[in-house]
Amino acid sequence: MIELIDTNSAEIAAELQRARVRAGSPAMGMVMTLVIVVEADDAEGAMRAARAASHEHPARVLGVILGDARGAAEIGAQVGTGSGWTGETALIRLKGEVVKHPESVVLPLLLPDSPVAVWWPNHPPADPANDPLGRLAQRRITDAAAAARGKTKAMQQQCRTYTVGNTDLAWTRITPWRALLAAALDQQPLRVTRASVTAERISPSADLLAAWLADRLKVDVERMSSSGPGITEVVLETREGPIRIARADGKLATFSSPGRPDRPVALKRRDLPELLAEELRRLDEDDVYAETTRRLLKMETAK
Amino acid sequence: MSAKEIGNPLRDPRDRRMPRIAGPCGMVLFGVTGDLSRKKIMPAIYDLANRGLLPPGFSLTGFARRDWADQDFAQIVHDSVKAHARTEFREEVWQQLAEGFRFVPGNFDDDLAFDRLRRTIEELDELRGTGGNHAFYLAIPPGFFGDVVGQLNEHGLARPRTESWRRVVIEKPFGHDLQSARELQDILGDVFPSDSIFRIDHYLGKETVQNILAMRFANEMFEPIWNSNYVDHVQITMAEDIGIGGRAGYYDGIGAARDVIQNHLLQLLSLVAMEEPTSFDARALRIEKQKVLSSVTLPRRLDLTTARGQYAAGWAGGVKVPGFLEEEGIKRTSTTETYAAVTLNVETRRWAGVPFYLRTGKRLGRRVTEVAIVFKRAPHLPFADASTEELGQNALVIRIQPDEGVTLRFGSKVPGTQMEIRDVNMDFVYGGAFTESSPEAYERLILDVLLGDPPLFPRHEEVELSWQILDPVLEFWARQDEKGKAKPEHYESGTWGPASADAMLARDGRVWRRP
Ligand SMILES: NC(=O)c1ccc[n+]([C@@H]2O[C@H](COP(=O)([O-])OP(=O)(O)OC[C@H]3O[C@@H](n4cnc5c(N)ncnc54)[C@H](OP(=O)(O)O)[C@@H]3O)[C@@H](O)[C@H]2O)c1
Repeated sequence: MIELIDTNSAEIAAELQRARVRAGSPAMGMVMTLVIVVEADDAEGAMRAARAASHEHPARVLGVILGDARGAAEIGAQVGTGSGWTGETALIRLKGEVVKHPESVVLPLLLPDSPVAVWWPNHPPADPANDPLGRLAQRRITDAAAAARGKTKAMQQQCRTYTVGNTDLAWTRITPWRALLAAALDQQPLRVTRASVTAERISPSADLLAAWLADRLKVDVERMSSSGPGITEVVLETREGPIRIARADGKLATFSSPGRPDRPVALKRRDLPELLAEELRRLDEDDVYAETTRRLLKMETAK
Repeated sequence: MSAKEIGNPLRDPRDRRMPRIAGPCGMVLFGVTGDLSRKKIMPAIYDLANRGLLPPGFSLTGFARRDWADQDFAQIVHDSVKAHARTEFREEVWQQLAEGFRFVPGNFDDDLAFDRLRRTIEELDELRGTGGNHAFYLAIPPGFFGDVVGQLNEHGLARPRTESWRRVVIEKPFGHDLQSARELQDILGDVFPSDSIFRIDHYLGKETVQNILAMRFANEMFEPIWNSNYVDHVQITMAEDIGIGGRAGYYDGIGAARDVIQNHLLQLLSLVAMEEPTSFDARALRIEKQKVLSSVTLPRRLDLTTARGQYAAGWAGGVKVPGFLEEEGIKRTSTTETYAAVTLNVETRRWAGVPFYLRTGKRLGRRVTEVAIVFKRAPHLPFADASTEELGQNALVIRIQPDEGVTLRFGSKVPGTQMEIRDVNMDFVYGGAFTESSPEAYERLILDVLLGDPPLFPRHEEVELSWQILDPVLEFWARQDEKGKAKPEHYESGTWGPASADAMLARDGRVWRRP
């Protein structure tokens, strides 16, 4: 890691280049740039998660810490290529006036002619697509569940400002649930009459899952509370009996369906690197998420 | 009609995040004590479970001639998973998987054992909801395929009830010549329909091999030069640095050509040489692969266009190793080849006049599998002869293992010289993705078996076409042995094969790449 003090984009770019040559390989076959907008305290964890995810999708990872916007502009950076992974990182600290113009720092550092993803690990802008950094990206990743307070509001806000390219890790987290539920109906094509999702009282993922079920199945979906962790049960009622996936411990679920024996199934809550890697696998529009966000808003206003 | 109105309302083709999870099913594994089961199949099953891709209630039944209880079998699986699985070991995943383990002791000729097997499977359907769907994985010597398949048939295990399936999975070798391949097909085909027989060629499960089709057909810049106008020749290499290890019994009498060229290398050839399929479904792919395999011909003079060898004692990678004829279990007079190279022509408009050189061997310089498309020289070089002395032919190399990726070789000016041109390599690696986080070949293939997704499995037509290509070479070598005319030529371990293989290319004015 090289520490740059009182620096600018050109110097950071030059240092990235030098670091690559030092690592012995000026071409690293990176496929995208990942920008992380993060608080100083959370920067290390976020960068670590991004590095892990970039094993699957080699990326230039640019961490941006937006400091206090008062005073004279000041830019500091930590630049490095990791050993043991393909990709490179720069953690950039902005202070003073430049905090209002972070895109001017990031734009020159984007890899040429390749996609850009931006991730806000905790404090997403209200409208990511109109954020100065968000505008640079094809993929804008928020995480409503990481909000310290008002997670539910945060999710609704993201749904309201949904634009092509937006996504939220609350949605990513439920992919395994959705896959299992879809598989259940593949196996027994029963007509669902009613459904319920039980989870911690506050859970953006559970709200999205309920909205997705309501949108796809066109039935009422009840949202019930438990003490978690996360989502603990999903039930699809059918005339033949319920299809139920219950997971009490966040790891192992029991799968029950009409006329079949109960079966255990691994359904572990996934870590950040896995979630990020899933997000970065496809950068085109996620139509199903778009429809789910619209449904969630409708369900909220209907309440 | 939109996707919503038909079938499962939770499915949507636009929903590409959703992983494919197999429906309710179980697998019966024959040969659980074998190398293949322990090193590949069991770890892959655990990895699939860990990734959440196995159906709830998935069950694995082991069958072997051991006096074991279910727990003993679970212990074997546990050890092999600990030793060979690629994903992290998680107790809760293991627990739920292990609940579905059963063991049936018995010999292949033991009717009682197969009765027990039937009852075990029925119990699993009852208890774990496997729904009558079962795959029989025959990880046993091919000589026993007939016995086992016959038993499965006799005990009513091969026939599915309505709305369920029974599949059989086999590994190479698929026979040892055309006739035996047909006999094997007859045995299997008598009991299982063609689309229920899954032949594993694990190369086809590799990301880099699937990437051949992506590279060729998703890009505009390769296809225009992918023909005899620009391509000089193609080299397909699978080299191993190891010897036959403890597998003398399997290897003696089989040899390199049957073991590797007939399946892996001819499959690679067909992917590289085939025309664009109308789609990527199994049928369309098969049509194109069969077309290209049926257009492969051998040159007339097999003595000049093939080569075979046996490794001799020597130093390989700093280790002193014995020669093939000194290996335990190999007869001093064995004429089994451990190195084989063949020249093939593909008689199509695209490839007329472009030879495909295939080679494989044990105890070669290093472990590597690659396909190299070697291009013609530029027709005119506006440089002085001296400045292009170091310039070879352009090449596109698809590296299949171990460092998976693509290399492009082309000429470039040597910095600091006036105009000196030499070959440089441009490497592409898709991060660790091809190796780390993506499922291993066996995982992908086992999942495809359980899903009933056939594109990555060769059908018997392809197998038979491949033997048709190779049989004349094998017969020619056998005749030479009989007449005492020629024997496999010895090559020193740790080198790149016999001199006759180099001579074979030299006759055409070409050289092997050092991969
Ligand atoms: N190993 C590989 O990487 C590899 C690669 C490609 C293809 N294959 C093919 O895969 C199959 C299995 O290979 P492998 O290397 O695992 O072979 P292996 O180590 O020799 O194992 C063969 C298995 O078959 C069982 N078996 C043999 N004769 C039997 C009999 N008469 N009755 C009951 N069980 C019997 C053995 O059980 P016992 O312990 O009771 O003898 C053992 O579990 C073969 O068809 C091979 O050609 C293997």
